[in-house]
Amino acid sequence: MSNQNTTIAFVRDNMLDQQPAPRGQVGMSKWIRDNLFSNWLNTALTLVSIVLIYSLLRGALPWIFGGVWDANSLQECREILSGRHAACWGVINERWQQIFYGTFFPSSEYWRTHIAFVLLIIAVLPVLFDALPRKLLWLTAAYPFLMVWLIWGGSLWGPLSIAMGFVVAYFATIGAGRYMGSGLSTLVGVAIALLWWFLIGPAIVGVLNDTVPLFALREIQSRELGGFVISMIIGVSGIALSLPIGIVLALGRQSDLPLVKAMCIGFIEFFRGVPLITLLFTASLLLNYFLPPDVVFDLTLRVIVMVTLFSSAYMAEVIRGGLAALPKGQYEAADALGLDYWQAQRLIIMPQALKISIPGIVNTFIGLFKDTTLVFFIGIFDMLAAAQAIRANSAWNGITWELYIFIGLIFWVCCFSMSRYSQWLERKLRTDHH
Amino acid sequence: MTTMIDPPKADGFHISQLLYDTRYRSITIQVIAFIAFMFIALFLVMNVKSNLASLGKEIDFGFLKNPANYDIKQRLIEYDSTSSNFRAAMVGLLNTLFVAFLGCILATIIGVTAGVLRLSKNWLIAKIMTVYVETFRNIPVVIWIIATMAVLTETLPQPKSFRGENPDASMWLWDSIAVTGRGTYIPSPDWGAGSAFVVITFLLSLLGIWAFGRWAKRRFEATGQILPNFWIKIAIFFVPSLLVFFILGRPIGLNFPVLTGFNFKGGFELSNSFLALWLALSVYTGSFIAEIVRSGILAISKGQSEAAAALGIRPSRTMNLVILPQALRVIIPPLISQFLNLTKNSSLALAVGYQDLRATLGGTTMNNTGRELESMLLMMLIYLIVSLVISTGMNVYNKSMKLKER
Repeated sequence: MSNQNTTIAFVRDNMLDQQPAPRGQVGMSKWIRDNLFSNWLNTALTLVSIVLIYSLLRGALPWIFGGVWDANSLQECREILSGRHAACWGVINERWQQIFYGTFFPSSEYWRTHIAFVLLIIAVLPVLFDALPRKLLWLTAAYPFLMVWLIWGGSLWGPLSIAMGFVVAYFATIGAGRYMGSGLSTLVGVAIALLWWFLIGPAIVGVLNDTVPLFALREIQSRELGGFVISMIIGVSGIALSLPIGIVLALGRQSDLPLVKAMCIGFIEFFRGVPLITLLFTASLLLNYFLPPDVVFDLTLRVIVMVTLFSSAYMAEVIRGGLAALPKGQYEAADALGLDYWQAQRLIIMPQALKISIPGIVNTFIGLFKDTTLVFFIGIFDMLAAAQAIRANSAWNGITWELYIFIGLIFWVCCFSMSRYSQWLERKLRTDHH
Repeated sequence: MTTMIDPPKADGFHISQLLYDTRYRSITIQVIAFIAFMFIALFLVMNVKSNLASLGKEIDFGFLKNPANYDIKQRLIEYDSTSSNFRAAMVGLLNTLFVAFLGCILATIIGVTAGVLRLSKNWLIAKIMTVYVETFRNIPVVIWIIATMAVLTETLPQPKSFRGENPDASMWLWDSIAVTGRGTYIPSPDWGAGSAFVVITFLLSLLGIWAFGRWAKRRFEATGQILPNFWIKIAIFFVPSLLVFFILGRPIGLNFPVLTGFNFKGGFELSNSFLALWLALSVYTGSFIAEIVRSGILAISKGQSEAAAALGIRPSRTMNLVILPQALRVIIPPLISQFLNLTKNSSLALAVGYQDLRATLGGTTMNNTGRELESMLLMMLIYLIVSLVISTGMNVYNKSMKLKER
């Protein structure tokens, strides 16, 4: 090298101290530049959205927070506002009971819906979070009967007898299992349960009700139910029933038996092909044609059945997607282990297929819950009907926004928490590496 | 070691084999299922029969030929109150398809925009789109429809405020569109002599665009050169039709809405009920489509765009040539079901009084004639056919887009 022998003027032998990054490269200013003003398009978009948000909030915030809460009629509210443009939240303050419980629910019995709601939360929690004690699941199993008793009233004997049918069926199946195969013993169990529900149970309940009415609550007719309560009843029953029916339909559609498959496809395509509103009209107008003349079927029950069938068809398609996404090796592994069809489904296939389809399942639940608003059109007194009744009342004639915003908010809270839960569950169950 | 398998028994067939032998069990199950199905069907049919007999009715679709005796405000084909119930049902069906078709288009535009913007690097835009999606997805569509109707009828100016020297409200786009609380009036085409030639030219240029697309693709595959396809297609779309239009002396005119008396006359009226239904359905469904588009784009692994960059493809072309064709495969199946949902949700026209299939056949006709069973069954059948046609058509398209595995 040529310059090997030349003297070097300066060699740094100690490290420089670490310097802070330039102003523009750290903290707030860098973040703003990267995320809001990275190029001219982004700058334009940012400015447009700031203007948009500003104009929206300038209109909305004073309207929302400047609203009047203490007023008993729209006129009174307008007098208080004296020309100012703001919300009349007084309608919510005065009429929230009508929105939550419906118009006809006796106010002396509100406590029953509160208990039913609290119990619902407690019964659902162990299903949602498996860190909770498993013993709570007994409450979950008992909840449907408790809810029927709490909401519709009467003595506890009726719901107890229905629950007893399941117990009887369980023991009959176990007992019969000693003498015959699993298929036949299940049939025996079902037969005994039907015998109990339709013949023995009603007779015993009739006698017991006349002698010792156990915890008899005031009876409430279905047409007295309304508001948020009826949405919850229809939504929760639909959600609880549509998942198992959907699983059965999905399995039927995947099965090798051509007749069963054809029936399941026909069912699914029919219910997915027609709007729910036509099904609800069928339930309210046509069902009398399809039933024997003396059978009276409660309208709420008809609606629950229709909503359940409708969303179970969707559920079936969602679960079919999950089944189709499973690698074939899983089925073959189950066969290789010598598991029969139901064991393989229960232990190997379903846990994985359901895990894959969680987002779809929860979306179907959310859709079902939102669809409960449609019962308004067949004369069930839900929240929308309550809003209409309030608007038709002379005191609140002319009010619109406050009511629909309030109802929308209730739905939003329910649906948004469901979707957040499903995202959390998805993350928790994820087993692949990311 | 002896084998554990029983030697096959030669002494014929046992009853218990029907239940325990997998060869026969499937047949047993199917026969039982079939008998149960037939039993239920028979039960329902017998009930219908005896119930109808006790009411003194019988199933008869003859009412479809009788005059409907009611008016339909919004219609796409000729109809008056002396027309038959069948024609009324057809008017309703066309109204349903009209709002569903326009709704699908608008929802796709809104959804794709929102979905792409949600992935934008601009933090503010992404958050706004998240708020939009979460708000609209989690509130029932009925509430949106009713709320949109309320906005239209309550906040828009009434026709009378367009009057006078110094009116409170004015029409949009150089006095061509009137947005009022009673409905929106847009100019309607006025077909003069020779307008058929313009229409034919336009249809031919559509054919030309399609032919050009095929030719350009073949040329691209043969030579690897890319033409400015988009601009050429735009040119074919506009230039010939406009040329013929001006050569023939502008045969197609426009009928502008004019304020006469208490209301606007002339032009084409879009009723508020239609607008409310259309806008609410589109914005609601758009929020679902946004999520579909977003997850579709996210589903394409980052390696794809990196590979495109490594090959030297420009970023603007990466989207068109690499990401979108793959993302579409993920997007299209759920998109189809959103279109189906939108079509079915259009029956919520009930909330605003737009006269769709349910309002005519399943509403006024049903109530006037008292034929619930026939009307409802026919209506469900029509909806079912529409749904099946849409899903079949879209599935054909989906198949053509599918990955061709060799």
